[in-house]
Amino acid sequence: MSERIIGQVKRVNGPVIVAKGVTDAMMMELVRVGEARLVGEVIKLEGENAVIQVYEDTTGIAPGHNIYGSGMPLSVELGPGLIGTIYDGIQRPLEEIYKISNQFIEKGINVPNLSRDKSWEFQPMNLAPGAWLSPGMIIGQVQETERIVHKILVPPTIEGKLKKLAGQGMFKITDPIGSVETEKGEKDLFLFHHWPIRKPRPTAQRLPLNIPLITGQRVIDTLFPIAKGGTVAIPGGFGTGKTMTQHAIAKWCDATIIVYIGCGERGNEMTDVLTEFPHLVDPRTGLTLMQRTVLIANTSNMPVSAREASIYTGVTLAEYFRDQGYHVAVMADSTSRWAEALRELSGRMEEMPAEEGFPAYLPTRIAEFYERAGYMKTLSGEEGSVTLIGAVSPPGGDFSEPVTQHTKRFVRCFWGLDRQLANARHYPAISWLDSYSEYLNDVSGWWEENGGSGWEKNRGEIMELLHKEVRLQQVVKLVGPDALPDSQRFILDVCTIFKNAFLQQNAFDDIDRYSTTKKQIRMLEIILAYYQRGAEAIKRGVTLVKLKRMKVVQDIIKCKFSISNDDIQEFDKLQARLERSLDQMEQLYV
Amino acid sequence: MSDINQISKTQKKLLAGREYIGVHRIDGPLVFIQKTHPVGYRELVECVDKDGHTRLGLVLDTSESVVVCQIFEGTSGLTMPDSRVRFKGEPLTIGVTSKMLGRVFNGLGMPIDGGPAPLAEAELDVNGKPINPTAREYPRDFIQTGISVIDGMNTLIRGQKLPIFSGNGLPHNELAAQIARQAKIKGGKTDFAVVFAAMGVKHDVAQYFIRSFESTGVLENVALFLSLADDPSIERLITPRTALTLAEHLAFNKDMHVLVIMTDMSNYCESLREISTIRGEIPSRKGYPGYLYSDLAELYERSGMLKGFKGSITQLPILTMPNDDISHPIPDLSGYITEGQIVFEREMYARNIYPPVAGLPSLSRLMKDGIGEGMTRNDHPHLASQLFAAYSYVKDVRNLASVIGEEELTPLDHQYMEFGEAFEKKFVSQGFEEDRSIEETLDIGWEVLSHLPVEELHRVTDEEIETYYKG
Repeated sequence: MSERIIGQVKRVNGPVIVAKGVTDAMMMELVRVGEARLVGEVIKLEGENAVIQVYEDTTGIAPGHNIYGSGMPLSVELGPGLIGTIYDGIQRPLEEIYKISNQFIEKGINVPNLSRDKSWEFQPMNLAPGAWLSPGMIIGQVQETERIVHKILVPPTIEGKLKKLAGQGMFKITDPIGSVETEKGEKDLFLFHHWPIRKPRPTAQRLPLNIPLITGQRVIDTLFPIAKGGTVAIPGGFGTGKTMTQHAIAKWCDATIIVYIGCGERGNEMTDVLTEFPHLVDPRTGLTLMQRTVLIANTSNMPVSAREASIYTGVTLAEYFRDQGYHVAVMADSTSRWAEALRELSGRMEEMPAEEGFPAYLPTRIAEFYERAGYMKTLSGEEGSVTLIGAVSPPGGDFSEPVTQHTKRFVRCFWGLDRQLANARHYPAISWLDSYSEYLNDVSGWWEENGGSGWEKNRGEIMELLHKEVRLQQVVKLVGPDALPDSQRFILDVCTIFKNAFLQQNAFDDIDRYSTTKKQIRMLEIILAYYQRGAEAIKRGVTLVKLKRMKVVQDIIKCKFSISNDDIQEFDKLQARLERSLDQMEQLYV
Repeated sequence: MSDINQISKTQKKLLAGREYIGVHRIDGPLVFIQKTHPVGYRELVECVDKDGHTRLGLVLDTSESVVVCQIFEGTSGLTMPDSRVRFKGEPLTIGVTSKMLGRVFNGLGMPIDGGPAPLAEAELDVNGKPINPTAREYPRDFIQTGISVIDGMNTLIRGQKLPIFSGNGLPHNELAAQIARQAKIKGGKTDFAVVFAAMGVKHDVAQYFIRSFESTGVLENVALFLSLADDPSIERLITPRTALTLAEHLAFNKDMHVLVIMTDMSNYCESLREISTIRGEIPSRKGYPGYLYSDLAELYERSGMLKGFKGSITQLPILTMPNDDISHPIPDLSGYITEGQIVFEREMYARNIYPPVAGLPSLSRLMKDGIGEGMTRNDHPHLASQLFAAYSYVKDVRNLASVIGEEELTPLDHQYMEFGEAFEKKFVSQGFEEDRSIEETLDIGWEVLSHLPVEELHRVTDEEIETYYKG
């Protein structure tokens, strides 16, 4: 890459630098500032001045320092070696940085994003010289981890006649594996290619979203499902469990690849993922979770402008795996920190603020980000998806603030976290009253097909009960529960059981942390069976107290802990016992 | 064009010796100087007033035409023509040594106890550097504070940052002193030190801490950095950074376990707002600058444990919530960065409950990995969860009782009322000198839980009920 001096520093204000004497810089060009070679990006050009946002601490940068242009936009390297790696916001491998600078991150460290030393076994596709290579086509593969076969793609910017393709063998990522005759001359092919982070990767076609992303979290899958390729926001004040929910989904959802972006959050949370994931086993493949995970860590004490970039870095990696035909889930924790980084940079550039100091282009940026999700037909003809799960941290837990409000406009699924539930340590604290999913109708077909009929009806019934409960609770608050007839108090009771037994899920319990769709369906059926039979029994004169004392009720509440995903037939026994107990009870009152 | 990149070290030294006489503008703690050599961002500044007294400062904004510096000791007494300014060409550093324990310093690390400045073992940049997340060791060592509501329900872990969200007139200082006095690791005796940073607190509060450390004989293990209420407000911005720089030295170069007490974070944020306003920055919520979150994170994230290092930094910041409002930007943003919070409730204190820790909004995020079998006791996780759930229901019942009267409650709700009373009076409430072991704490937990019928206990296992339940 040719490096040229594009100008000199004129002013330094935190991460924002004004450069002078700039004539041939390009918008969004990757630049390096000063002799420390701090990474930056051109974000504004004006006359012979340029505004540069620097991704590292600018301490010590003075007017007059040179600025070097790289001639290309801020990009990521896409190729084998991504899985299981932890990167900072601009795709620098933190493990490598650790080897160089020990426990603290020094400035201006220049390490390749993908390891240059590691060799990969390349398996070419059966392609003869002269074959036409279209952009995004698969030309071979590399077994990256036990679990992930990394498909090698033609870069989306290249097309032409294949001149030669290497045979099976070991290659480093900088070794050419072939060449293409393009309109602009011959181009070498490598195991990796660059892609600018702010530009969505091209696809052939968007497909409808009608397959749910199964997360193993009951309140999500059953009440507010998300589709593969969908977008969801998880807003919640501090301590309501945004990160816990994100972690739980990252662990147990049925996506093939997870990209976890820790954007402006705690360092220990990333360490938690790093220490926990290599030991957790994915129930679907029996391999460790780290073998399907890429981590992007830009913790809150790392430079603020790299925080802004980290979201794009993460989603670009996700798109790359989607283009190989995989289902990818992206966790962005938290998009509010990203929006705040935008605000800070905007403030430093002295732009006119809109709401609460946020720049007026905030909604555009949020929309651009969430639109990169989708279920796509890729250029190579495969199907893949990117699902975006963004946490939002509203100040004071107030959902009316700009980031939450604008995010709501561009996502179709909303899991609002509730402070009251979190205070009662009801986790996941997803409120069943504020949350919604617009994917419900899209995915109900899948559920009916794969989970047996009646799923949609059952879900509707329990939601109706939960809403009835709210109204009844209002009455209770005024006159006390004794004033209600048994039939209505029974509804309160069933809802309490549903909340304790079904909605609450213990992320640290070996059995409860993850529920298969079958388990979810059976649990819901049993609770509803208790409601329906119980309501009839009450009509026949059975008292609520008697009903509640049945031993089987305690067993229903604890079934989430006692019946594992593999023992689904245990639910039949439980249901049979429930029926028997109710039969006995009713006989007493005949 | 003067190209600073090619300037040799000697030239740099010469530039650092260059003195500018007269400044262009003084506004609050900010000084503006025109026509300088190229000055680096965040360089250290020495400003000499007309009496020859040197004040330290930092470059906040640098350009070819004007350099903006903030002066930590304030600008009162500075004159425009007679002030002389030197740019040192390097960031603000302090000399640190383990000999600083037992001493008292001002916010910039200069001794104010009458003794000489200790001989430095290392010169470190006060701003620190971000810790690489891969270098961190996930904290999981339980610290026994001897305070039931913390040990039992909001467990403090070594390397955690756990703030106290308090209000004016509440006993946060007492609690912090009690934790500093009683904190211990199960079964081990290790090198420990306390670094105490006071920002804008009153003299008597600082005295309270000094006396408290003195009376327990730990004063020689404590370094105090005091920037009190009558010191220039700008000095508060550097105080926690100086303190944390020493803490990092003690923890990662001297293998010590350091507890950092910072009080009061609200004053720190006020100073930040003051500077931001003077600089004419665009404010976000309540006039605080948009980078308040990042700035606080720079402080709070300087805690934890590192791979290959024996020491640790545990932070206990204290902040008073303005008007007891937890959604105010200071507690709100702190809560998003720290690993939990201990929240005080005025109403509990009024009912003579010490420590007045509100049961529900308090939280320790690192608790999950530091408790249970082998660390505290096997029943701890479930017991804590059950206490939270039951106490949360108590709050509902109390609301109900305040509307319909206590007599109208169902028998079960009456039992919950009894449980709530016992929980607050026996479990939460304890003496200032009382040091309970974790077993005592858990046993009291079961004792108060035994006010409830066994069918209500959904979050504990049958075996645990068998062993511990006394109802």
